[in-house]
Amino acid sequence: MPTVEFTVNLAHQTQAPKCRVNGKNVRECLQAVFDQHPALRGYVLDDQHAVRQHVVVFIDGTAIRDRRTQSDAVKQDSELFVMQALSGG
Amino acid sequence: MSTKLYLGTRKGLLEAVRGPQGWQISRLSFLGIQVPMLLPDARSGTLHAAVEHGHFGTKMHASRDGGATWEGRACPTYPPKPEDYAEIINPMSQEPVPWTLKKIWALETGGNDGELWCGTIPGGLFHSTDHGASWQIVRSLWDHPARAKWFGGGAEWPGIHSILVDPRDRRRLLLAVSCAGLWETCDNGESWQNIGQGIRAEFMPPDQAHDPGIQDPHRIARAASQPDTLWMQHHNGIFVSHDSGRNWSEITNVTPSAFGFAVAVHPQDPQTAWFIPGIKDEFRIPCDAALCVTRTRDGGRTWEQLRNGLPQQHAYHLVYRHGLDVSADGRTLAFGSTTGSVWISEDGGDSWQRLSADLPPVYCVRFG
Repeated sequence: MPTVEFTVNLAHQTQAPKCRVNGKNVRECLQAVFDQHPALRGYVLDDQHAVRQHVVVFIDGTAIRDRRTQSDAVKQDSELFVMQALSGG
Repeated sequence: MSTKLYLGTRKGLLEAVRGPQGWQISRLSFLGIQVPMLLPDARSGTLHAAVEHGHFGTKMHASRDGGATWEGRACPTYPPKPEDYAEIINPMSQEPVPWTLKKIWALETGGNDGELWCGTIPGGLFHSTDHGASWQIVRSLWDHPARAKWFGGGAEWPGIHSILVDPRDRRRLLLAVSCAGLWETCDNGESWQNIGQGIRAEFMPPDQAHDPGIQDPHRIARAASQPDTLWMQHHNGIFVSHDSGRNWSEITNVTPSAFGFAVAVHPQDPQTAWFIPGIKDEFRIPCDAALCVTRTRDGGRTWEQLRNGLPQQHAYHLVYRHGLDVSADGRTLAFGSTTGSVWISEDGGDSWQRLSADLPPVYCVRFG
């Protein structure tokens, strides 16, 4: 199962624990986390469900390409990291 | 006299209180995070704060104990963008206007208990009837065909920064938009009219200078004791209206400058208003780097320059749209600057005392 891990700075704002989830792409993996921690969604995605402008999601060290719908595929042993983008701070 | 002052800053929300020794900063909330907008709702005793994370977007919080503790509230969110939506192109930049929340730029109480209005960049107006527990976008304005003409001024995208609810009729609202002029509804947002005859825009070609739809009102304020009287700090000067914003007269005899962003009107005297002048456009600093507040007490016929207690040398303070407030007594005023100073007057502006010179940039000043 892929793992999803969040920047520690998110934990100052809301619950953002490391999770092991089911999902074939980034959208499904994030949704699985949001199902458990609904408040986290608005910190990662904007109101159109795109990755926020100053948030970046990595799959196994590579930034995702589809920030609008998060369709980038993940493998069963992938590690996803949700980080703050340097553009925002 | 108000004894509590809230400051929304680049690095959090500060509270100042008036004690026996004068005004002192007493509390900080949301350290490190922008607070572009505040609303102390006296009806419910609730303090609302828009909190804008650099990375994680805008969140709304509310406090029912004056800022000691906070709870999360719903954030205005734009509805899903239709797949077949034809993009609105910002006429100045020729780039698509975003369909997503960029900034909370206005927050006001409505006429009913629990009713709130929220203005945003890129131009959506939101309405709440439950103290901010939920928000609905006002589609009649967002879908208005004239929105295609709106453009950003100061900010990259157009935004609603002033919301005046008529105290005689809660269904009547007047919005000020940079840059789209003034928008009025008389039916609680069912329909909208672009009003404002007499306003003048030097930043447009001459044949469009008087078009009400391209104006850049920096801020409008209503005279509480005479609700048909409105004052406006516009990009091109100071204007006054005596018919709730339909017609405006320009006031040209203001020195040292009629440029600025903020305006406050005396709650009991519609003839008295305060502005904070600067040099426009390419400078945006106080005239001669000497800070002053201008005041009229006779409806704009004459003006005073109030400088007592304000720095008169190498002062580069700019005061934004929401950076000036007057309390209900009409004598206590406060303003905060982009360079982190806050001044308070308890004599209607005749003299000022600096609360601090060391704060983050100040965006929003409101008495509690």
